[in-house]
Amino acid sequence: MSTPEILCRAERLAKHVNGPGGRLTILRALDLRIDAGEAVAIVGASGSGKSTLLGLLAGLDEASDGEVELCGEPLSALDEDGRAALRGGRVGFVFQSFQLLPTLTALENVLLPLELTAGDNGAGARDAKSRAQEALERVGLSARAGHYPRQLSGGEQQRVAIARAFAPGPRILFADEPTGNLDQGTGARIIDLLFALRADSGAALVLVTHDSALAQRCDRRLGMQDGHLEALL
Amino acid sequence: MNAWRLSLRLLRRDWRSGELYLLSAALVLTVAAITAVGFFTDRIEGAMQRQGGELIAADLAIDARDPIADAISQEAQRRGLRSARTLTFRSVVLVGDESQLVQVKAVDAAYPLRGELRLKDRFSGPERPAEATPNPGQAWVEARLLSVLGASLGDSVQLGEQRFTLEALVAYEPDRGGNFFQIAPRVMIAMDDVAATGLVTEASRVRHRLLLSGDIAAIEDFAAWVKPRLPANAGLVDARDARPEFESAVDRASRFLHLAALTTLLVAGAAIALASRRMVERQTDAVAIMRCLGAPRHLLTRVFVLRLLMFGLLASLAGCLVGYFGQQGLIALLHDWFGADLPPASWKPVGVGIGTGMIALAGFALPPLLQLARVPPLRVLRRDLGAPRLSVAIAAGAAAAALVLLVLWQAGDLELAGKLLAGVAAAVSALLALGALLVWLAGLAATHSRGVWRLGLAGLARRPAASILQIVGFGLGILALLMLAVVRLDLLSSWQETLPAQTPDRFLINIQPQEVEPLGAFFAANDIRSSGIYPMIRGRLTGIGDESVSPEDFDEPRARRLAEREFNLSFADRAQSDNEVVAGAWWPNAEAGTDIRPQFSVEEGLAETLGIDIGDELRFLVAGREVAAPVTSLRRVQWDSFNVNFFVISPPALLRDEPATYVTSFHLPQDREALVPELLRAFPSLTLIDVGTLLRQVRGIIEQGIRAVEYVFAFTLAAGLLVMYAGIQASLSVRRGEHGVLRTLGAERGTLLRSLMVEFTSVGLLAGLTASLFAEVTGWMLAQELLGLPFAWNPWLWVFGVLGSGLLIGLAGTLGTYGALVRPPLAALRAAG
Repeated sequence: MSTPEILCRAERLAKHVNGPGGRLTILRALDLRIDAGEAVAIVGASGSGKSTLLGLLAGLDEASDGEVELCGEPLSALDEDGRAALRGGRVGFVFQSFQLLPTLTALENVLLPLELTAGDNGAGARDAKSRAQEALERVGLSARAGHYPRQLSGGEQQRVAIARAFAPGPRILFADEPTGNLDQGTGARIIDLLFALRADSGAALVLVTHDSALAQRCDRRLGMQDGHLEALL
Repeated sequence: MNAWRLSLRLLRRDWRSGELYLLSAALVLTVAAITAVGFFTDRIEGAMQRQGGELIAADLAIDARDPIADAISQEAQRRGLRSARTLTFRSVVLVGDESQLVQVKAVDAAYPLRGELRLKDRFSGPERPAEATPNPGQAWVEARLLSVLGASLGDSVQLGEQRFTLEALVAYEPDRGGNFFQIAPRVMIAMDDVAATGLVTEASRVRHRLLLSGDIAAIEDFAAWVKPRLPANAGLVDARDARPEFESAVDRASRFLHLAALTTLLVAGAAIALASRRMVERQTDAVAIMRCLGAPRHLLTRVFVLRLLMFGLLASLAGCLVGYFGQQGLIALLHDWFGADLPPASWKPVGVGIGTGMIALAGFALPPLLQLARVPPLRVLRRDLGAPRLSVAIAAGAAAAALVLLVLWQAGDLELAGKLLAGVAAAVSALLALGALLVWLAGLAATHSRGVWRLGLAGLARRPAASILQIVGFGLGILALLMLAVVRLDLLSSWQETLPAQTPDRFLINIQPQEVEPLGAFFAANDIRSSGIYPMIRGRLTGIGDESVSPEDFDEPRARRLAEREFNLSFADRAQSDNEVVAGAWWPNAEAGTDIRPQFSVEEGLAETLGIDIGDELRFLVAGREVAAPVTSLRRVQWDSFNVNFFVISPPALLRDEPATYVTSFHLPQDREALVPELLRAFPSLTLIDVGTLLRQVRGIIEQGIRAVEYVFAFTLAAGLLVMYAGIQASLSVRRGEHGVLRTLGAERGTLLRSLMVEFTSVGLLAGLTASLFAEVTGWMLAQELLGLPFAWNPWLWVFGVLGSGLLIGLAGTLGTYGALVRPPLAALRAAG
């Protein structure tokens, strides 16, 4: 049996911030490993540091101590542009507030990550557009391709965000409370869609949530408390 | 990813979403103001250059105050050059009871040697080239003379002692110097008719010209031969540097108009900066997402710069198009200055417009937009993170650098640019301080108010920076317009009204010695009191003390002009009543029986300009003879008494025997206008100058100029509206939240609408108050300190300035805000949150 590829690894990862009351430790020397194709849920109360951990794992922030490796690259060796380049095409994101660009249509929002990583030739552009259209179709919104986010419901906006996340064929997806702004019914449908697309693409998933029921759908569950990570049953 | 392609896509998407409308409007307005002026002045310069070699209707001309010696024209002929003669002088034509000061030009059959004289046979008829020059007894005139006299072609007019038939209209005269600034219309007659008019005598003020044309080498040789042989009161005029005097005036006016257009940049720059900051705020999330998705900072920086470049180019081109049509307004306003027949503009103003647009963007928009590239990707998870705030020093420094660069470019002169920038800095600082004070007072007033007044005034005070910026931005536009109104309406009127009722308003010149007594009798018979009939002798200043005088000796333009021209000398026993001897002593009266030695009395201003002191000997060339005498007194003259006065006067014995004409001035009440044709018929060789009409014409010309500047400042006013709109846009999300809360707490829509009206009307009133106060104070300083005129507060200035501004901003601001805020309270709260 082959050893699964490690897509994301954290070793003795720590994050401190300076606040009005002095130094505040958010993460305390935690270790973590995400294998290729694996779905891991990070569960914890509000303010426990889940989103901070997600930001460090995705290379959006710099650790105070320890090391993160993403897709085999140590992030400490890369500057901000290097981390951005590493993310391009390999990492997808789904956010609680959808984070769609309000001045772009649904199709253009899905197209954005493809444009940023496409080649300089016209063929790359055409290929990107057809992939974006395909991704929108997969989330059932091809009829709304020309609509702006303000014209879509919350659920539809999150579907566009999911299409955007999966369109480049990422190796790992980071989702931060993807149903936080949705009602229960819509949230459930979104999660079904998310896991279905993940299964098709084989991407790893790091899901930050406070919903333990949602966490149960992942392969592993980790609990965040006092800056430490613990495996949960 | 190709940065160009991404920039173009983002630019298209930004435009589609309306993100760029405000920025576009500000940039288009700025470039339109600059290019409207640019196209206009470019066409004026083109009109002047078109004349080029035609400017003197020859290759070379000799200009003189006396007839040019035959030997000179004979030598020119011997060298194979063609020649023609012209004679120009001022006089008056009479048609029935109507008279008009005209510029008479007598030409011989060979005129013009270069260029083409063009005529028309009726006002709106086509132009045709003149096949010859006027026949004896015929006069060709400018169309406006017919309008003024109420005459038609075919009518007969009196010029001096001769009658002429109006035969044709002069449409284009190559050496007229364009249609520029000519108050006296042209009358062209045959050279052979001059003697019959009796208007030209030895002492008359005429300009003789000998025109020459031919082979370039022959012309140059001849010029070298004739130059040392010319008398002192004659000069050579070369086609290459025969630029009319007005060209420097046009150049000054052009630079002033350009600088006026730059005030639009100053105010629009604030709108550009506000719009850019708003773009940064609205695009922060988008940039954070793009960085999450893999866009490196250097790519984003390139994309933002390229996007701004493309946008700047397109908006500047649009501004150039608007400016191209906008120049028509200037042409219409200054029709009488330059005429409407101007050549098409070159492409140069387009380059200037684009350059201005790009520099404005670089100074006002680029610095905040570059900060966007530094938005951290972590913002997607932490909303408190955003683009690093641009330091005020860098933002202000970049804007100031752009402004200084543009002012230097347009002014073309370091000193002028420095003065303008200093003036603008002073005005803006004063407006800022006054605006801050008024906003603070508004806040204070809010605490003592109730209902919509409290809401409205509190809204104004709650956003002090935006309110002050709107007051200053709009205030600058209003201030510029009010200042021009003060000059046009108050100062010009005040100057005319300071003249006493009986101030002489007519001058009679070219009075022959034998006409003095009969004229005096005419005055006495008709109960006209003149200021006296004084002799006038033409003399050219050739030396002061031990030094000979030449114009090149003087740096100061006025001194140089005085040294170039002939003086009008006079002689008298007694000093006039409005002359005060301030140094030295006047000579004793001749009746006292003592011998009065030759001496001069000089006006003190002239003495200072030319560096003349008591005791200096002045040497004049009078009718070819040198007249010299020491200066024994200096006089202070009341020039604005409109009495006849002279710079240099001598005792009668020194100048009595020189060729002279006489001059007088008198007041003619309106109900005695009928005396004018009677006077001119009795004395046909006189030239009557109606000062009142001249002043009205000059005032009309000045008023036209002021209206042209007001037209340019209207762009500034529009820019002020943009600043206001930008300020509203910047505060929209906060206002939505405020209104959401107020509506939730029970405030009705009507209440919110009225509170908005109170807020924006207050901003407008404060802007108008600031501007009106500034305009009145500046007007007072100009009148009292600079012009020595009485100054009266003009209540209408305040009415239009304060109320007009309040109304305009109140309406515009309320309309611009209300629509965006009318939504259900919950939606408003959600949108704000």
